[in-house]
Amino acid sequence: MEFVNLIIDKKPVKVKKGTTVLHAAKEAGIDIPTLCYMKLDDVGIENKPGGCRICVVECKGRKNLAPSCATEATEGMEITTNSMRVLNARRTVMELILSDHPSDCLVCAKSGNCELQDMAHKLGVRDIPFKGEQSTYKEDFSPSIIRDMDKCIMCRRCEMMCNKVQTVGALWAINRGFESVVSPAFEMDLEKSTCTYCGQCVAVCPTAALTEVDHTKNIIRALADPNKTVVVQAAPAVRAALGEEFGMEPGTLVTGKMAAALRALGFNSVFDTDFSADLTIMEEGTELLGRLQKHLDGDKTVKLPMLTSCCPGWVNFFEKQFPDMLDIPSTARSPQQMFGSIAKTYYADKIGVKREDMVVVSVMPCLAKKYECQRDEFKVDGNPDVDYSISTRELADLIKGANIDFNKLPDEDFDDPLGESTGAGVIFGATGGVIEAACRTAYEVFTKKKLEKVDFEQLRGMEGIRSATIDFDGLPIKIGIAHGLGNARKLLEDIRAGKSEYHAIEIMACPGGCIGGGGQPLHHGDSSILKARTAAIYREDANKPIRKSHENPSIVKLYKEFLGEPCGEKSHKLLHTHYFDQNKK
Amino acid sequence: MSTADIKLNPVEVEKLKAACAELNNEPGELINALHKAQSLFGYLPAEVQEIIAEEMNVPVAKVYGVVTFYSFFTMTPKGKHPISICTGTACYVRGADKVVEEFKKKLNLEVGETSEDGKFSLSCLRCVGACGLAPVVMVGEKVYGRVSPDGVAEILEEYAD
Ligand code: SF4
Ligand code: SF4
Ligand code: SF4
Repeated sequence: MEFVNLIIDKKPVKVKKGTTVLHAAKEAGIDIPTLCYMKLDDVGIENKPGGCRICVVECKGRKNLAPSCATEATEGMEITTNSMRVLNARRTVMELILSDHPSDCLVCAKSGNCELQDMAHKLGVRDIPFKGEQSTYKEDFSPSIIRDMDKCIMCRRCEMMCNKVQTVGALWAINRGFESVVSPAFEMDLEKSTCTYCGQCVAVCPTAALTEVDHTKNIIRALADPNKTVVVQAAPAVRAALGEEFGMEPGTLVTGKMAAALRALGFNSVFDTDFSADLTIMEEGTELLGRLQKHLDGDKTVKLPMLTSCCPGWVNFFEKQFPDMLDIPSTARSPQQMFGSIAKTYYADKIGVKREDMVVVSVMPCLAKKYECQRDEFKVDGNPDVDYSISTRELADLIKGANIDFNKLPDEDFDDPLGESTGAGVIFGATGGVIEAACRTAYEVFTKKKLEKVDFEQLRGMEGIRSATIDFDGLPIKIGIAHGLGNARKLLEDIRAGKSEYHAIEIMACPGGCIGGGGQPLHHGDSSILKARTAAIYREDANKPIRKSHENPSIVKLYKEFLGEPCGEKSHKLLHTHYFDQNKK
Repeated sequence: MSTADIKLNPVEVEKLKAACAELNNEPGELINALHKAQSLFGYLPAEVQEIIAEEMNVPVAKVYGVVTFYSFFTMTPKGKHPISICTGTACYVRGADKVVEEFKKKLNLEVGETSEDGKFSLSCLRCVGACGLAPVVMVGEKVYGRVSPDGVAEILEEYAD
């Protein structure tokens, strides 16, 4: 390997050839400020348009300042990152950016969590000397995401996520100069575009140009209404990230505090989406075994591989971009929707509450879930199974707004019966988790033998596409896993071409799975946060007394008292769905 | 997702697809495909951009991004008599800007627009290489040299039918 030697702020530095000045400085312990630049190592994501020019440095022998993110370190270079000239240039760049940015900080959704605001503060901007016209642009509301391009600083991170990582192609930079923003084709609303609502653009936007639709006010209203029974479910990935909003180390598990906080907020019942994740395994696993058995019996009409269907971002992706393959995914609804369906039937009956008097709230790491709960298939006479879906970030806002000192809360348990769950339900939050949970149950049902080791390490990890063969007592079952829609696309194209050898494939729209969802606390480009959350999810699983979905006593009881058989008639009505070609809408 | 509401001439559409195939349907050839399309249709309506996106394997959002980035691409159909005013350096120095203003006033159009009856459209060009005749105006294929603001009315007169 070739190395180069250079000097940064008088320190000698030796780095691999090809390293940028920005990274060379980082290796020397010098943090050059950046704005548009973003890198997520473990998922192989890098955005370096070299556009904002905040990261400029002085390079001896060159007349102009150089953007360090786009300048390669070369032998003998002498770099200064903090000279008067550099600092002044950075401040001027920032003043120019701010001169075309609304001064809305006091009431902005992103205030306190905004990279632009932080950088302006860091660079010591106290005045905006350039006054002039500001560009304005129409706001665009979709069921999940709000686009307010007046706040766009053209870092193009969203474009990179939507095109390179997700291959959705909903967003691209349009126009030039002062007029330029990022937009769907023909400036149509996001809702009409190919957008899947995965929220990855929101997760990386440094400003409030892209934010989630806020449902916290609806929830406060429902909680204040004495005629409503308000029940809440919290998704697996939320407990592995919520603590970050309260200053805890990434990867801190806050399951007990979260349950306590939800109770303190006034929810009548505090339940767990892990419960309905277990239920999903019962239905999806049974469906898979059914398809597999038919396939083994030589039935040519049965489609394999079967794809998981619990990620609504992914469902939107195939409904919009692979409408010829609608019969391949499992028909099982997502855990969010299974929960809503059971809460407004089984549970509502149990406690004697009418459907219309019950409000079901979900706390999700996800923005696509806001859209999902509004889909017509998940309504009964216009009343949705899940009324409101809020993100992990919105839950943190609710907790802070209610003066609850989260860090001092005691650990509490979820309520019964929709709060009981197994380790299999927890791991839904990480890439590979759904299929691992499915294997734990499918193995025992199929082989009628006890699974000695429930950990399928071969299914875990951060690689974008993974595959493994699991031995079902002599029958090799081939499993594929993809996270990030660009990776999913590759597996789908293989299936379309008849080249896929898998029996089952798990797909999650977000890099890392739901722990990296569009509704999670912002990672600001630090991928170690995603890893820490994943580790927390598997820790929670390992600590659970029961780790297989079909052994969850509340699930067993639910089938006995109410549903009958997995994939039976009642299940089909309440827990399964069908897909549409969204281009035909 | 489709915004198609204009009927395109199927013969031209086939030509466009053939042109894309000639470019090996290579995403990197997008700009060339757009040039081809603009010379076939005179402009780049949404429907044409959607076909190009499909043929060249790029998201339609990117096609639109490229079309809006470069000023030589247009999404408005040209008028029956497209008026182009050269604003290259020579023409500019000799008062092309005042000629542009006069056309704008007389036709009640902005640069890049087409009149509602579809008769005239107005655009500016970079140097057309007829600097000796500056300022130069073209109406369709016909070239007018040494145009002054006062001469604008006379030119328009010719196209009053
Ligand atoms: S939500 Fe996902 S699909 Fe939609 S624009 Fe953002 S990144 Fe693209
Ligand atoms: S919308 Fe946000 S992420 Fe996208 S370019 Fe603008 S500021 Fe950057
Ligand atoms: S991976 Fe999870 S967070 Fe991301 S879109 Fe899918 S369900 Fe939502």
